[in-house]
Amino acid sequence: MRHTLRLWVTEYGQPTAALAALIVVWEIACDLLNIPVWLLPSPLQIVIQTWQIRSILPLHIFATFAEVVGGFALAIAAGVPLAIIIVYSPPLRRVIYPLLLMVQSVPKVAVAPLLLLWVGYGLTSNIIVAATVAFFPIVINTATGLESVDPELIELTRSLDARRLEVFWRVRLPWALPYLFSSLKVAITLAVIGAVVAEFIGADKGLGYLILTSSGEMKTSLMFGVLLILSLLGILCFYAVSWAERLLCPWYMPLPSDPSGAASG
Amino acid sequence: MSEAKASATEASNSSRNAAPIISAVDIGKHFPVRAGGSTVALRGVTIDIPRDQFVTIVGPSGCGKSTLLKMLAGVITPTAGELMLNDKALERPSRAVGMVFQRPVLLPWRSVIQNVLFPIELLGWPTARYHDQANKLIELVGLTGFEQALPRELSGGMQQRVSICRALIYDPEVLLMDEPFGALDAITREDLSIELLRIWTERRKTVVFVTHSITEAVLLADRVVVMAPRPGRVVLDLPISLPRPRNLATESTPEFGQYVATVRDAIHRDRR
Repeated sequence: MRHTLRLWVTEYGQPTAALAALIVVWEIACDLLNIPVWLLPSPLQIVIQTWQIRSILPLHIFATFAEVVGGFALAIAAGVPLAIIIVYSPPLRRVIYPLLLMVQSVPKVAVAPLLLLWVGYGLTSNIIVAATVAFFPIVINTATGLESVDPELIELTRSLDARRLEVFWRVRLPWALPYLFSSLKVAITLAVIGAVVAEFIGADKGLGYLILTSSGEMKTSLMFGVLLILSLLGILCFYAVSWAERLLCPWYMPLPSDPSGAASG
Repeated sequence: MSEAKASATEASNSSRNAAPIISAVDIGKHFPVRAGGSTVALRGVTIDIPRDQFVTIVGPSGCGKSTLLKMLAGVITPTAGELMLNDKALERPSRAVGMVFQRPVLLPWRSVIQNVLFPIELLGWPTARYHDQANKLIELVGLTGFEQALPRELSGGMQQRVSICRALIYDPEVLLMDEPFGALDAITREDLSIELLRIWTERRKTVVFVTHSITEAVLLADRVVVMAPRPGRVVLDLPISLPRPRNLATESTPEFGQYVATVRDAIHRDRR
């Protein structure tokens, strides 16, 4: 019991203490050095200013959250089938790969106004922007995963004369799952970036929109506050994906370090 | 079963079954190469394998022994000659063969028993009906108690035992083994060789076993086929009439030493 407590303190206590110390130093430095609020607000001011807009915050948080989740889902819905097509059809792969690279190398910030023109202003266009930013790693990693199936395993299925669809569901797809998840963890953070970029370009709500308007009004404290909320949102989404990974690919998670559990012989 | 056991104890290269289960006449295989032309992987191989015989194929890398095994599995087809399984041309995969590879290649997300039942699922057969059979096989290879374990919780040797069960679950007539113990350490390898002989005694099958190890080849086999590379061909077909059951002590008999010397000589004669 005491041992686990000590572990807990080293694991979480030390980082928390370090962070708290940093905040205290920041607060004191702002007071002593008389730094103007519009340049660098103190932590206390950030909290106070952000608290004052608490009534409108949920609306903006929810707007960004919806764009992130929507964009993430759309990226999966587009990316995974595309990866499957790439793996199963060499001719289509030759067509799709260069297009994919082109789409990826165009800066999304530059494409966003065009999307706005086509799809219009609002949630849908922001979701599409978030999805275009997030979907590339999903395609690449899923395709890699589907292709990385042990060739001898494929030979085994062929020696049993198994149908390709059967092999896909029972072998290739589960085999690619850990690859998919490692890309999803990247994609979810990219979706947050994409959503904010979209809101910078055209939106009337969302955390990105709040940052933009706060910046226009020189409310630096609010910018900091919203940034903090944004990063918390990103972390939350990331952990949600990690949790899903642990749930769906338990065989891929590191073994518990308890040596007595390992088999031998 | 008792009949099979009895016959296992006698020197079993007798011609109990006249009709061979596998019959290859002058088969060859060449692969096209990028630069044009082709490489010859196998040329003029003629082998008859009687039912229930344990045949080992030994030879250096590139002698076409894996190619031959893949042809027997129906995964690749010969470009020359005639290959028959059960008196029918072997042109496509058949459920009459089971495969064991150098590495266990288990599905990492499936438990031991689910891995053993995997071929049944692929064949679209009812898995419930094969549960008992799977448990029996797991018991046969000494893994009782590990039915629900994931592959990563097992040692390499245990995983290979699971892959042997997987090959036996649908009761194929022929077991094809491609250097099945090649990735294991020397001690585990010896253990599993003896184990395989015991399994073979209980579940009589035709076994075609590819290996790099001359001693392994002689210890296991009714018959050792020596192959040589460039082009892949058979250079020696040697019946082994050591008494069964064999164990590691068999390796210290003078007869065993003579067989090993003969096989080794055939391999090296070709290399000079």
